[in-house]
Amino acid sequence: MKPFFKNFSEKLIEGLLMICGTITSLTVVLIVFFLFKEGLGVFNKKAVEEGYVVMVNKSNPVNSISPEDIKNIFDSKITSWKDLGGKNDSIILFRLEDISNYFTDEQIGENFEGLPLLLNRVVDSIPQILAFFPEKYLGKNFKGREIEAGKITFSTFFGGKEWFPTAQPAAQLGVMPLVMGTLWVSLGAILLALPLGLAAAIFLSEIAKDKVRRVMKPLIELLAGIPSVVYGFFGLVVIVPAIQKLFNLPVGETGLAGSIILGIMALPTIITISEDAMRNTPRAMKEASLALGASKWQTIYKIVIPYSISGISAAAILGIGRAIGETMAVLMVTGNAAVIPTSILEPMRTIPATIAAELGEAPDGGLHYKALFALGCILFIITLVINLIVEFISGSKKNRRV
Amino acid sequence: MAIDENKITRSKKRNQSIAFCVFAVIGFLIVAILVTVLSFIVIKGIGVINWDFITKMPEDGMTKGGIYPAIIGTLCLVGGSMIFAFPIGVMAAICMNEYVKDGILKKIIKQMTNNLSGVPSIVFGLFGMALFVNKLGFGDSILAGSLTLGLLALPVVIRTTEEALKAVDDTFRHASLGLGATTWQTTRNVVLPIAFPNIITGLILSVGRVSGETAPILFTVAAYFLPKLPTSIFDQAMALPYHLYVLSTSGTNIEESRPIAYGTALVLIIIVLLTNILANILRKYFSKKVKMN
Amino acid sequence: MNKLESKQVNFYYGSSHALKDINLAIEANTVTALIGPSGCGKSTYLRLFNRMNDLISDTRLTGEVIIDGVNIYKKGINVDNLRKMTGMVFQKPNPFPKSIFENVAYGLRVNGITDKKFIEERVETTIKQVVLWDEVKDKLKKSAFELSGGQQQRLCIARAMAIQPSVILMDEPTSALDPISTSKVEELIHELKTKYTIVIVTHNMQQAARVSDHTAFFYLGELVEYGVTKQIFTNPNVERTQNYITGRFG
Ligand SMILES: Nc1ncnc2c1ncn2[C@@H]1O[C@H](COP(=O)(O)OP(=O)(O)O)[C@@H](O)[C@H]1O
Ligand SMILES: [Mg+2]
Repeated sequence: MKPFFKNFSEKLIEGLLMICGTITSLTVVLIVFFLFKEGLGVFNKKAVEEGYVVMVNKSNPVNSISPEDIKNIFDSKITSWKDLGGKNDSIILFRLEDISNYFTDEQIGENFEGLPLLLNRVVDSIPQILAFFPEKYLGKNFKGREIEAGKITFSTFFGGKEWFPTAQPAAQLGVMPLVMGTLWVSLGAILLALPLGLAAAIFLSEIAKDKVRRVMKPLIELLAGIPSVVYGFFGLVVIVPAIQKLFNLPVGETGLAGSIILGIMALPTIITISEDAMRNTPRAMKEASLALGASKWQTIYKIVIPYSISGISAAAILGIGRAIGETMAVLMVTGNAAVIPTSILEPMRTIPATIAAELGEAPDGGLHYKALFALGCILFIITLVINLIVEFISGSKKNRRV
Repeated sequence: MAIDENKITRSKKRNQSIAFCVFAVIGFLIVAILVTVLSFIVIKGIGVINWDFITKMPEDGMTKGGIYPAIIGTLCLVGGSMIFAFPIGVMAAICMNEYVKDGILKKIIKQMTNNLSGVPSIVFGLFGMALFVNKLGFGDSILAGSLTLGLLALPVVIRTTEEALKAVDDTFRHASLGLGATTWQTTRNVVLPIAFPNIITGLILSVGRVSGETAPILFTVAAYFLPKLPTSIFDQAMALPYHLYVLSTSGTNIEESRPIAYGTALVLIIIVLLTNILANILRKYFSKKVKMN
Repeated sequence: MNKLESKQVNFYYGSSHALKDINLAIEANTVTALIGPSGCGKSTYLRLFNRMNDLISDTRLTGEVIIDGVNIYKKGINVDNLRKMTGMVFQKPNPFPKSIFENVAYGLRVNGITDKKFIEERVETTIKQVVLWDEVKDKLKKSAFELSGGQQQRLCIARAMAIQPSVILMDEPTSALDPISTSKVEELIHELKTKYTIVIVTHNMQQAARVSDHTAFFYLGELVEYGVTKQIFTNPNVERTQNYITGRFG
């Protein structure tokens, strides 16, 4: 009885441990499932307001209009069907409220009961028409043709140059400005942090006396522990005003402010990882170089850095990864303008900041909500790729050493 | 071959001095940045912190009063996330280090843990909202927030525990196994007690990490302003990092609530410092004890 | 004149006294073996001659270490130039993560030589000297890690010789090699003797007997006995030396 019980509880514990062992894998799978289930839902949805239809005359050859084109038509930036691949006719835009330009209130009726018929007549009689109206006013035997308007596809999503999810009549869901904003801010951060971080790592691992190192290392690790919201706050009250003054800008919330804060935040990652890599350079190798009359500095840049280059690249890539994924600090200091940046001194908006700023206002399950999850998917894929690259780099290093 | 020995020697020396000078300056510059960030917040915040500040409700549109509910909220979240992440993380690490043999399975699990630790915190927020808040119907609640934070802390707990377990010399295991003990008995009676101090250190460090996270709680628990304490795990709660964010970017009166923001930032920094110091003290204390035995 | 000399040398790692009153003089173009049990200070002593111990913090030296009549620890000595005069070969082959060619050229480059032709010629003659040319001449651009352990060690010797030092210091250069590679390195040492002054630390008594002209026996930081190798191995003056070389301790 006893050995059986012992065996049983032993098995039970083992099973429990195994379940726990798979928890991270399970979490990753769940994250992928939920993120992509919502995120992919954005595609092939329509950016046009729910319940609305878009009609054209039967003779019109145009089959579909992208969300961006709809916006441009409403802004009168596109005025001819030719621009949409149709005839050389100007577009006559028709919204429901325009009906009163064509018919009297009497014809429309008190409860709009005349609308379906009138709408039918309008669309049928004007060849150049592009009509937006609620689906409920769509009469039977409608003579116009519904066209696919505002469909969100991979190309409109990734190639779209405007992010304005609450725009009327068609939400603008182009991630270009966000992707560019993220890249500008992160690259700026890494340009600041990489040289500084490497220099500090070289100093710590090769130059500093033990005493100095013992004080500096924990301090730099502490730098990694400070919450990002505190960095954001610091950036907001110190760096943002300083940039505004220094460059004489209307606002100090700029990509540069984000880059500086992100750079500071990426420093500990870069320093600790590359310092570790440099300290792993075999002592004998450094001594061999010095024994040949090389100076300490020559030894560092001719031996130590080449030897630890894979660790250093891993540090740089992980630093970029952290910068790309960082949310709060960036949200607080970059100004969050969703336009494609042309200078680092402009307000910018990154992908994580967009999610953080907008998810609270996006109705659950709606187009906007799904679009934000699609942004989450992009972030997730970026981090996966970064992990794989780092894995690959350090893997090839191991092979070489054998 | 005519080479001017002296010239080369001199230029080698000069290059080295310049390079080392630059590196030293940069090294100290980085420390200076840290000291600036810390001391700025300490100086601006120290005058704000007093007993009332940490025990009173916010008043007057968060321009006066204290941050009591945010402190309590953060405590609840940290506690909740650790109740979830600590046991599971430790067990996962035990599974990885003591049970699973080297091979494809271990590699996959390792890779997955690695991936999870690289996922940006805002993605955890998205996930927590989709799964805990919406799918499982917890709503914006301490439960949903704690679980989300717990998932985020898992890789940290697993990694530190694994390191602690790895640091236990194999001879201990072999001695125990050689006496006929099972793997679990060996783990529980021999390995865990030796690794315990380092495991606890890891726990404390992840507390520090979790208490400052903002993005994961934005949509899973955090309340903009809630002048009462949570009464159950299904309540919303305020939290320190989110409170700081609100105060400094979207409060009703940003200028007037600045002092409160400085105070909140200082409290956050104090938490991080305390966890760091505590972890270090524990590590030293226990390492002495182990040596004495 | 003696090539290398140490007078009343004491060396400390922190408070531990690693070398005690070492007096030794080594003639030019000889091979001197340093023997003794592990931890007796052989490496420490060897590394005094190219000031490698400077790299370790909290160390202290008293007495004089002399090369070509100059105290190399006196003020104003340029350590980089000093190290150029001495080549060093380490216990484990430790080629740089560079090509075979660049490994040998390294010492020339860091010392400011840029003439391509000159470097090529020097690299070739040096690799020929260590009898490695035929094995590597077709893959000079390949990574040095692709060579076998024995080849790597000969490459490291070539690397040390390329800057034409007058002294070569070897710290157990064959302890990580197989017997065939070992004998190749030993042959090489024999040939190099005509041009260089060689000091070699070794654990292997037969090796000391085979390659060296003089032998110094260290024990617990002290130089117990120094003399002609033949005499040390056949008829040592001190009993401790006798015990060590016959394997009674160590
Ligand atoms: N870097 C160091 N720091 C402190 N002590 C050292 C160091 N290197 C060697 N020692 C000590 O100095 C003594 C001599 O060492 P070493 O010269 O390496 O001996 P050998 O080469 O004869 O084996 C040993 O007791 C060793 O522990
Ligand atoms: Mg030795």
